[in-house]
Amino acid sequence: MKDTIIKLDNVWKTYQMGEVKVNALRGLDLEIKKGEFVAIMGPSGSGKSTAVNMVGALDIPSKGKVYLEKHDISKLSESDLAQIRGKKIGFIFQQFNLINTLSALENVALPMVFQGIERDERLEIGKKLLERVGLQERIYHKPTELSGGEQQRVAIARSLANDPEVVLADEPTGNLDSKTGEVVIKFLENLNKDGKTIIVVTHDANVAKHAHRIEFLKDGKIVKRTKGGTQ
Amino acid sequence: MRIDYIIIALKSLTQRKLRSWLTMIGIFIGIAAVVALMGLGEGLRGAITGQFGFLGPDVLGVQASGINFAGPPGQAVVNPLTDDLADKIERIPGVDAAINRFIESGTFEFNDKQDIVFAWNVPEGKDRNIFEDMINLKVREGRLLKDGDKFKVVLGDSFTDEDRFGKEIKVGNKVLFNGQLFDVVGILEKKGSFIFDTAVIMNEDVLVNEFRDDNSVNVIAVKVKDLKTIGNVQRDIEQLLRKERNVKEGEEDFTVQSPQNALQSLDQTLFGVQLFISIIAFISIIVGGIGITNTMYTAVLERTKEIGIMKSIGATNQTIFTLFFIESGLLGIVGGVVGIIFGFVLSHGLAFMGRLALGSELIRADISIELVLGALLFSFLVGLIAGTVPAYQASKKNPVDSLRFTK
Repeated sequence: MKDTIIKLDNVWKTYQMGEVKVNALRGLDLEIKKGEFVAIMGPSGSGKSTAVNMVGALDIPSKGKVYLEKHDISKLSESDLAQIRGKKIGFIFQQFNLINTLSALENVALPMVFQGIERDERLEIGKKLLERVGLQERIYHKPTELSGGEQQRVAIARSLANDPEVVLADEPTGNLDSKTGEVVIKFLENLNKDGKTIIVVTHDANVAKHAHRIEFLKDGKIVKRTKGGTQ
Repeated sequence: MRIDYIIIALKSLTQRKLRSWLTMIGIFIGIAAVVALMGLGEGLRGAITGQFGFLGPDVLGVQASGINFAGPPGQAVVNPLTDDLADKIERIPGVDAAINRFIESGTFEFNDKQDIVFAWNVPEGKDRNIFEDMINLKVREGRLLKDGDKFKVVLGDSFTDEDRFGKEIKVGNKVLFNGQLFDVVGILEKKGSFIFDTAVIMNEDVLVNEFRDDNSVNVIAVKVKDLKTIGNVQRDIEQLLRKERNVKEGEEDFTVQSPQNALQSLDQTLFGVQLFISIIAFISIIVGGIGITNTMYTAVLERTKEIGIMKSIGATNQTIFTLFFIESGLLGIVGGVVGIIFGFVLSHGLAFMGRLALGSELIRADISIELVLGALLFSFLVGLIAGTVPAYQASKKNPVDSLRFTK
């Protein structure tokens, strides 16, 4: 498994909905190598969100194994998973998911608080990251004082706070207009060029075409693999 | 890192200012009540101890009891003590000395200004020194009285206050008590006790012969030889008085008490009042705690998504627990701080009004550092306990479900 950073091996996820059992994932196999830019596409109900949860160590499978850098994380406790997420994976969400009571800088520094990094170092890294996404003038603004595009750039900066191996973006342009969406995708491409592994979950072909590889998901498993459009 | 958690928790609280303050009301009313009433009680206790504390534990006070409205102790009672009792008491084994104390109210005049004062006696002969030692009587100017000093007085420190009679009374001045002219021969050291500081002291024969028309005694002060036998002496005096006054056991019209006993019984009464108020305040604080629990439950529900976000960026269950735990503890401790300030102002304000209304220096507030720290610790603990279950619930939230949560 040289160079493999994430591997899902015959992953099943079953939810109990009242009396009925629903299989959101049905034997999903997925392998992502270091430095790749992968898009996961699929219609609603295809299991995309559940797949994101597995890849991002937000959840553990009902059956099968999830490897993150050779370590099986499918049996880990909630707190161990949280530690791994904090260090190895940076999340970007469709809803931006910033904390409204904190400033842009504090939001970016928050993942570092959870990793025990000292305040001065946190603020220094946070400022650099916000500068990198072009928000150096707005570091003390609260999320509610920022536009959607700016909020997503703060979220991108936050995803990089602990210098993770993988950046996982779940519909990152879903709440943005096409022009702002392009800017966000451009950031992700640049991150990929800098060596980060990027995984984008989307239903938008225009976003997916930036990836090296597109995985099509349907009924809880991969049904098709293609190369990305622009690579 | 805990300081970061405190900052994050504070930001959450200040974001919801009104709710936070409303939540804290329950705590701060309780704490304010505890601090104010404990403070007043302590102040009163301290003041009273200061007034009577000069008497040693080896002294017993014998006094006739009954209805006694404003006036010197033991006066205007149905059956007052008589001046022959002291000699009989002195014959009881274990008694060192029994001294009659006469207290007379009257008009005092100086510099054409008048005031109502209490005059009391110093015994003559061998009892003089015993009595002076017993109450630690000392002058700061002039001298104490001696045998044969007729129409001479020693005055308490308050008579030197210019405001009282328009000018300071000095040794050598002449003053009038109930129309009789006296020479001032000494001024007492200031003791902070109204008994001393407002005293007009004269020799026993002057006070009794000039101002009293019967053989009644206000108080008999009995000094025992050995503190260990004070209980027996007290019993023997009671027995003697029952016989002399012809009363049965249980129907006594007199009391034999050491000042320490008197203080203790007053202490018990004050403690009872303080305990009662404290129980009410405690209930208020518990209700305040339930308010915090309620607010924290609401906060956990409202911020479910925030919990999910924090977990997705690396917060462990323990971190989430700590954040909410600190938040509820802060609600408690800030409520406590406000309560202490409020209680402080309230107790001093009430004491001030009490002094104005009753003219008694006894009413004062004394808020000790122990009381403040205790109240702070207690409010913080109530906040923490109140927040435990909500914080635990927050920590156990599933990140996937939490992220999907919409208000």
